[in-house]
Amino acid sequence: MRAVRHIAVNVFRESVRDKVLYSLVLFAVLLIATSYLLGQLTAGQDIKIIKDLGLASISVFGLLIAVFIGIGLVWKEVERRSIYSLLAKPISRAEFVLGKYAGLVLTLLVNIGVMTIAFYAVLVYLGWREIPEVREAWPAPAADPAMLGAIGLIAIELMLVTAIALFFSTFSSPFLSAVLTLGLWVVGHFNADLRDFEAVVESRPAVWLARTLYYVLPNFSAFDIKAQVVHAQPVGVGYLAQTAIYGLVYIALVLVGAAVVFSRRDFK
Amino acid sequence: MNAIRIEALTKRYNVGFWRPRPYLALDGLTLQVAAGEVFGFLGPNGSGKTTTLKLLMQLIFPTSGSAEILGRPAGDAAVKRRIGYLPEHPYFYDYLTAEELLAYFAGLFGYAAAERRRRASALLDEVGIGAERRFPLRKFSKGMLQRVGIAQALINDPDVVFFDEPMSGLDPLGRREIRNLILRLRDRGCTVFFSSHVLSDAEALCSRVAILAGGRLIAGGPLSELLAFQVRGWELLMSGLDAAVLERFRSGPAITGATPLGGGRFALELPLGIPPERTLAELVAEGAQLVSLTPIRDTLEDVFVERVAAAARSRRLEHPQP
Repeated sequence: MRAVRHIAVNVFRESVRDKVLYSLVLFAVLLIATSYLLGQLTAGQDIKIIKDLGLASISVFGLLIAVFIGIGLVWKEVERRSIYSLLAKPISRAEFVLGKYAGLVLTLLVNIGVMTIAFYAVLVYLGWREIPEVREAWPAPAADPAMLGAIGLIAIELMLVTAIALFFSTFSSPFLSAVLTLGLWVVGHFNADLRDFEAVVESRPAVWLARTLYYVLPNFSAFDIKAQVVHAQPVGVGYLAQTAIYGLVYIALVLVGAAVVFSRRDFK
Repeated sequence: MNAIRIEALTKRYNVGFWRPRPYLALDGLTLQVAAGEVFGFLGPNGSGKTTTLKLLMQLIFPTSGSAEILGRPAGDAAVKRRIGYLPEHPYFYDYLTAEELLAYFAGLFGYAAAERRRRASALLDEVGIGAERRFPLRKFSKGMLQRVGIAQALINDPDVVFFDEPMSGLDPLGRREIRNLILRLRDRGCTVFFSSHVLSDAEALCSRVAILAGGRLIAGGPLSELLAFQVRGWELLMSGLDAAVLERFRSGPAITGATPLGGGRFALELPLGIPPERTLAELVAEGAQLVSLTPIRDTLEDVFVERVAAAARSRRLEHPQP
């Protein structure tokens, strides 16, 4: 675990020095500017839009970091041959993969954490600024703690995206890895449709294939509870826990796959 | 005791996407390196030197054969703790400083923070990196990166080090410093296995060498056996030599060749049969001054060129072109 920790800290340091965290500034500017502009809208509607926008921004910024850094994590080391010196040290290839993953997850979580704090700060300010009559009419308080559940699932979803990007980067080019990862992310958001494929298609092989894909492909739509939270619809703790466990198990399987593929690779 | 034992090590790649063809990068290499020796691994470009080093580091996996370092299979975690490796044309994380890179690598060996800093600092001193150690590596020249590469290979005070072209990118001063460093490592009892194109370095440093060509071992053994150290003649450097005197000597048996060097100096080739002292005395009597007198022996370069050319001829006979 020591090697994993060292590699992870180094990945985080690389992210910081490559100015990845500058994305946070962009997020804060976007959020504050939008809040100001939406302040001109009908009272009561702006808070929902801000919540929607804030959660979507956390998701999109995180996705960009997960995909575009994740796909280069291993590839860059191999392409620049910095991996040669590293793998001659007493670390296994599996530890290398895990360390890289842990480092990017650390970067992601710091990003999400800071974005969440900024997001809540804006919401608290908006709640404080509004007159009590309007606040009473909101379905949920401005700084609604239920949004933490949505942000938690976004974090696990992004951790899964990172694991998938890392998996592809252990054997393919960044371009192909990006296409495959984003492709899976899109397909994964429509995954639920595959389950009910028999309602629209009669062919048994097609239904069987769709059902198999439903179980094999990551179900990203399960992590998306933004709409429920923004509209103050209850989301059970059981659902949150079950989805989190699903995500973590999937991540573990993808990382095992990445480690196996990477452990057999020749660095010509 | 052998520090390195390689047995019939073979690496075959498939080249081409649609119709893959086998390419033999290393063909049944067998060799042993004794503990504490400086071993030169020589060969022209594409001969399989880097492939061998990558196999020993388990960066690639053999098609067949085996390799042991310090009595354990190459790639074993216990082995990795006791070895160092400098890859060819090393490249490191350009966002780190040299100090940070070495401290990072030291951390992978489990050293505490203070020890990591101490080792990093001492090694950077040893390879001649001064105040630049606090600059990001992206600002380093090729030669400085090479020095950092050598330092990182020594971060764990290894028992065996593998250097792939350690002199690459270094200026003459740097090469001399690294040569001295290799000799200091040998004196500490460290086994040094290095590949090189620079035969004079191998000749100066190695007790034994192996010469590779086309993925095959074509010569190997102690330098003393390979070079035989037999004197083939003498090279006499003289200044102030009159042209008429030189012409007179050249017509006789005492001088077999003369090359003007500029500044009124000549390199004279003397045959083995006539004592050089006699010719020298006669030339001095004619008013010339001695610059130097050196025996002419087979160099490693002569052996290298001859063996590699012979291997190429033999390959052409084995696989004649249509």
